[in-house]
Amino acid sequence: MLALGLLGCGQREEISESAEQSPLAVNPAAKPLDPSTAGSISGFVRLEGTPPRMRTINMAAVPTCARMHATPPTIGDVLLGDNGALQNVVVYLQGDFSPYSFSPDTTPVTIDQKGCMYVPRVVALTTGTALHIHNSDSATHNTHPLTHNNREWNETQAVGSAAVERFFSRPEVAITLKCNLHPWMTAHVAVFSHPYFQVTGQDGSFSLKNVPPGTYTVTAWHERFGTTEQTVTLAPTGEEKISITYQAGAG
Amino acid sequence: MSPSPPNRNVHRFAVFTAVCTFLLLIAGALVTSNDAGLAVPDWPLSYGSLTPPMVGGIFYEHGHRMIAAFVGLLSIVLAVWLWRVEPRRWLRWLGAAAVGAVIGQGILGGLTVLFFLPPAVSSAHAALAQAFFCTILSIALFTSPWWDRARTLASDSGRPVVHSLAAATVAATFVQLILGAAFRHKAFGIIPHLAGAAVVTVLIFVLARALRRRFAGVPILRNASRVLHALIGIQLLLGGAAWWSRVYAAPFPQPIPVMVSLTVIHTVTGALVLASTVLLTLICHRIVLRSGARERAVERSGQPSRPRHASL
Repeated sequence: MLALGLLGCGQREEISESAEQSPLAVNPAAKPLDPSTAGSISGFVRLEGTPPRMRTINMAAVPTCARMHATPPTIGDVLLGDNGALQNVVVYLQGDFSPYSFSPDTTPVTIDQKGCMYVPRVVALTTGTALHIHNSDSATHNTHPLTHNNREWNETQAVGSAAVERFFSRPEVAITLKCNLHPWMTAHVAVFSHPYFQVTGQDGSFSLKNVPPGTYTVTAWHERFGTTEQTVTLAPTGEEKISITYQAGAG
Repeated sequence: MSPSPPNRNVHRFAVFTAVCTFLLLIAGALVTSNDAGLAVPDWPLSYGSLTPPMVGGIFYEHGHRMIAAFVGLLSIVLAVWLWRVEPRRWLRWLGAAAVGAVIGQGILGGLTVLFFLPPAVSSAHAALAQAFFCTILSIALFTSPWWDRARTLASDSGRPVVHSLAAATVAATFVQLILGAAFRHKAFGIIPHLAGAAVVTVLIFVLARALRRRFAGVPILRNASRVLHALIGIQLLLGGAAWWSRVYAAPFPQPIPVMVSLTVIHTVTGALVLASTVLLTLICHRIVLRSGARERAVERSGQPSRPRHASL
């Protein structure tokens, strides 16, 4: 069993060795997208049915965290806007993007730890884009992503310490981010090798722009309701609008 | 019988170490159930210190480390004490083996933290904990006045002999605890653990039945049969309750007390089931003569001997 364990450790190390910042395109013949042919895919994500009951978080065991909230906060995994608009859904395209080269987004994506909660709860970024994790709390946290394809870490952030900066080298939907000091703290990080993704806001909308013509699978991922897919064929300069609906019972 | 009377203080100290080890098992189970295994990211120190702030998951993880260090110290004292006063060489070496096990256990605990809870290492850590607990309990039994006084009380002519049946139950229970640990540490699903539960239940019922039928006149074995029945019954109920609590707790944002309590109690009751089968196996070897062995002894001595049925 020990040998198996050490073997497992060895496999994890293999991931970590190559976990360097990487360009988005792996095809050496890839070329930048011709913007004159690009189109867009946009739409809304909604939840139908009675939304699940939001459980409150019991922070009583950690008074520092409990004092930051006038009333006990809820999990926040199902956030709804008007007309069932579903927030925090990662909508992204699956298809053959190998002919195209993309520049990594140099603007870091930020998650803050505020009130012993992650804000925002769901983020998406490309491989090679920096993820900055701040600690605005008067409590120590640690950040621990439960990765499958990327390097795992477990790093402590004391009160007032600098932001943790990390890069992901491989696509992965979605990495759960945990604080092992406060077990209710959960965030999700979706990593892509192309720029065609978005996390829905309060109105449940998404808009994927500069998409090359072709046939794609539009995939939506929600931490509670899972994954749903639609196939869309985009004509040159086309503008496709789609609607994605989750059923409340699915969670 | 050992050549000189057993040192009662060593026995008492071994019992104390076993009790502390049981508390350590509870502390370890609390770490897993509270999802606090990585609350302290470094090892062997905790946040570079021996006294980190005991907040959040650190309370469980560092508390577990402190109790483990104490048990490690107790096992070293026990081994040194045995080495100095114990005339039985094999028992002195068993004390040394316990120290080796507790050191190995500490290293496995460190590895599981440094490598982010690899299921195989975490499961091995849980399994070695059970083996260490049984080793300390065995030392407590071997150093007890009862062990020193005990003589052959019965012979077993049944098939399979109770010694083999008990040993098979120990092996199956140990495998079952590994399967349970592997499930808890997400190495694989519940099915192997359920299958293991069925095998252990059958073996324990067969063993308890053999004890009841073959050794009705030996109170310690008759009582052992009752204890086995009670423990496996409680453990099966706890297993069902622990599973229900996991399902119930799934939508909650954090481990909830009912899930933590039931899974921890189920885990440590598993340790008690293993410990009881180990002790029973040792007791059987001490007071029950295999029928073949008896005949061989008769042949050697030329005198028939009848097993006594004394009360213990």
